[in-house]
Amino acid sequence: MGIAKIKKFSLAQFKDYLENYLFILPAVAIFSVFYIYPFYDIFRLSLHDWNGITPFREFVGLANFQEIMRDQNWWGSLWHAGYITLIALTFQNALAFALALACDRDIRMKKFYRVVFYLPPVLSEVVVGLIWQWILQAGTQNGQQIGLLNYFLNFIGLPHLVNDWLSDPKTALTCIAVVHSWKGFGWGFIILLAGLQTIDRQLYEAAKVDGAGSLSVFKNITLPLMIPVIFVVVILTILGSMQVFVLILSMVGQGLVYHTEVPVTRILASMTGTNRFGYACAQGVIFGFILVLVSFSLNKISNKLKQA
Amino acid sequence: MKINRYILASRLKSIVIHTFLILVSLTCLFPLFWMLRSSLMTNATIFVDKSLIPHEFNIHNYYLAWTEGNFAVYCLNSLIYTVSVVFGIVVVSSLAAYAFSRLKFPGKNIFFNMFLAAMMIPLPGSFVPLYVLMNKLGLVNTRIGYILCMINVGLSLSIFLLKTFFDKMPSDLEDAARIDGCSKLGIWRHVALPLARPAIAVIVIFNSLNVWNEYILATLLLNDKSLMPLQRGLMVFQGVHSVDYPLLMAGLTIAATPIILVYLSMQKHIIKGLSSGAVVG
Amino acid sequence: MGKRFLLVGGVFSFCLLALVCTRCGKKAEKPANAIMVWHWMTDRNDAFVKLAEKYEKETGVKVNFELYAPSDAYSQKIIAAAQAKVLPDIYGILDKKEIIASFIQSGFVADLTEEFKANNSAWEKSLFPKALSVNKFETDNIYHVKPGIYGVPIDVTNIQMLYNRKLLKKAGIDQPPVNFKEFLTAVQALKAQGITGLVSGWGELWMADCFASNYAFNIMGESRVMATFKGDVPYTDPDWIKVLSIFKDLQNKGALAEGIVTKANKFAEQDFALERAAFAFNGSWCVNVYHDMNPDLEYGAMLPPPINGALPMKIWGGAGSSFVVNNLSAQKALAINFLKWLTAKEQQAFLSTETRNLPANQEALTQIPEILSQFASSMNNTTHPTIWPYNEDALVIEAFDKGIQSIIIGEKTPEQVAQDVQTVKDRQMAKKRSKNKS
Repeated sequence: MGIAKIKKFSLAQFKDYLENYLFILPAVAIFSVFYIYPFYDIFRLSLHDWNGITPFREFVGLANFQEIMRDQNWWGSLWHAGYITLIALTFQNALAFALALACDRDIRMKKFYRVVFYLPPVLSEVVVGLIWQWILQAGTQNGQQIGLLNYFLNFIGLPHLVNDWLSDPKTALTCIAVVHSWKGFGWGFIILLAGLQTIDRQLYEAAKVDGAGSLSVFKNITLPLMIPVIFVVVILTILGSMQVFVLILSMVGQGLVYHTEVPVTRILASMTGTNRFGYACAQGVIFGFILVLVSFSLNKISNKLKQA
Repeated sequence: MKINRYILASRLKSIVIHTFLILVSLTCLFPLFWMLRSSLMTNATIFVDKSLIPHEFNIHNYYLAWTEGNFAVYCLNSLIYTVSVVFGIVVVSSLAAYAFSRLKFPGKNIFFNMFLAAMMIPLPGSFVPLYVLMNKLGLVNTRIGYILCMINVGLSLSIFLLKTFFDKMPSDLEDAARIDGCSKLGIWRHVALPLARPAIAVIVIFNSLNVWNEYILATLLLNDKSLMPLQRGLMVFQGVHSVDYPLLMAGLTIAATPIILVYLSMQKHIIKGLSSGAVVG
Repeated sequence: MGKRFLLVGGVFSFCLLALVCTRCGKKAEKPANAIMVWHWMTDRNDAFVKLAEKYEKETGVKVNFELYAPSDAYSQKIIAAAQAKVLPDIYGILDKKEIIASFIQSGFVADLTEEFKANNSAWEKSLFPKALSVNKFETDNIYHVKPGIYGVPIDVTNIQMLYNRKLLKKAGIDQPPVNFKEFLTAVQALKAQGITGLVSGWGELWMADCFASNYAFNIMGESRVMATFKGDVPYTDPDWIKVLSIFKDLQNKGALAEGIVTKANKFAEQDFALERAAFAFNGSWCVNVYHDMNPDLEYGAMLPPPINGALPMKIWGGAGSSFVVNNLSAQKALAINFLKWLTAKEQQAFLSTETRNLPANQEALTQIPEILSQFASSMNNTTHPTIWPYNEDALVIEAFDKGIQSIIIGEKTPEQVAQDVQTVKDRQMAKKRSKNKS
């Protein structure tokens, strides 16, 4: 009796599973061809010494990985990316959340704001690079500061703060992080706004009737319901900030000594600068491994938070 | 008296909020304004003329950008790529995300984590293996090859985003539909998709911007000018040494317009307002 | 919603149809009388297309120029296409000599020596020897490439110092400085007037490297520079310290534009064109750039002012851009004929006037602007890493260039940088030795 029941059950289940697999089949198919195969190839290349051109690739085992472990410039670049990410996570996301909260309410001109806040992500890196270069550049002509920020500092009587912003190791990376946050907050803004919009208005009404202040509404209703969305934004911020490099190239060229290097610029330097393709692939593998580690531990944390 | 104080406080609060919003808006609008202003100048005046509004409007730049940049062909190509890729991503990723969120099957977590990991792992240097593979498949220098690659690029992130939103949605309506005898595909199409409209709007916005601005992969995979997207036209304006900034700015303005329009038409789906908001949440 | 879905679906299927059609069309095409050229030269594309039209009229051979920008993307495309063995008939390699050698050894580049030597070396003699030498591999070269000529130069370039006549006059300087001491004095005089001294795009590392290399040749001579690359002279040698100290001196005397270490060359060019600096260190392509930004700019070209009177000042120069022929191409003969035509006097003169570049053909030098002929007159003083018998390891170059930056921002002394560079050098030498042993 028991056996028959299981058999009948599993046949239906099998059909059910098969049908369910069909839903992910297109995604898995595209993914296998265009992602997994190149990834496999990169992993293979990371075990070789290869300049990118010759048919002969020398197998070196884990030598590339061993060298990465000793490569101070590489680990430094990882720290820089982490620093940019940290600023983006706090400054950029706080800004995005505050703006999304403001636009979620019934305030005047909210339609206008919703459009305007998405402009920086739309703008080309070229325009962003040019504008910030113009704002942050140092140097004088006819006794006047050329850069807008320095000019302004002079104007309001703080000439001692005038600085060569992008060529000073103390400020260069922070400037990059701030510009990156400015360019990126529109993304978080949209996702958070979409998340806020799915929260049932009746919950707010009910809380208001109960006499809850806006702070307690935020703490007890908005925040708990927004945790999954915030998690998405956090992941996307990490993803976007760890891999920033076009902006860096457009702001400081090939970099200020090693102070503005991030993993992607190091990988590009290994690939096109010093033509060490295998080493670049090994760097890519390590970098990916670290990012996956970070995102999965965040996933764990978010699951814990959801249960709590 | 007490009411007055309440009104005063809320007034003050709204002033603070608005000042903040307006300040942020200004920083967002300024580059746009600068781009427009520069696009109306000439190369000789662009760095010398410090006035906010240029002395003479040089609309000719737009005509030049359109013709010299061969924008008619590129625009059409970019349109084809953007529409196909975004449509493909929405269908493929919403199917997968729906399955990951609602359906049961063995290995579900493994597959989902695989996509999540893929999203995080950048593939620098993947252009060599990718190109060799595409060449073997006969997909180099074809529209379909580029479209498939771009679908792949946006897939992981879209699945991840959509799954999060599906997870958040209540399943009452789907249960009702199932009891009414609706198939799984039917539920996905008629119940889940319409409910996930804000999330899909977000995906459309993200991916169209991504495809519209992409050029590295296009340069790699496409050989013919006639297949190239809009960004290629803009790259040509940025010479190896000499850059014609007003022309470039005019081109950038033209290129930014459609993407802003996409955003305008999509953002109202994000903001569904109170009426439909009551259904979800 | 349903209607909208139908609409989008309709558009989508239309697109699919469109692309399927283009794909069918593609397979039929491959005319025998056509050659394909891939290049990255955005500024020269229009002139190329005009020339291609002319060539088709004259010979019936269709030449398709396909432009890929930016040049980074172009380089990646070439590398990828080489791996898939689908390179076009003619293309250019934008890379170090070592990489060009790899392309040749992998069989992707045709040996053009016989073509150049034919008819009593007629083709070879028409071109600037310096331009050709970039594409030449000498006997017993360190890359183990079969000696010969592998590329065709289409223009020449060199990198010099430029001075703004008006700004110098303003500071009471009538003649451009002829040595480094005079240069520093001039910079002081300019500074007193509130004028910035030297600007250059040292945010692009190779430009700072080029400047340092010029002075290394001047201070220690070519043989000792080569001995360093070979590993016989350490970077801690007093001469190298002297070279690195130039950057410290320039910075201490306030000669360098602010932000020079992170300045992309296009911004440096902007600064010089808008008269924000009196001197610039830039290549001959700048003539075109300055002309576009400020046609009234009064400036001249000069060699970087030497420190050591006993040795000549050598500047970098040679072929600006070169084309190679794909060795696997079925249209090799057609491609070579076209390149011969492209480097003939008439076409070179056309390219030169259209794009304000120095022609590779010596006979086309007649009618060029004065500033360009100033550049051309220094062609004899040029040298370039691609023609040196030895080349430095890329990682050592990176450490050296980054070291220059840290000297300029006052982070490290020349002595410290020399030590750092030598550490990297020793490591790379050890690696090479152990590789040769195994």
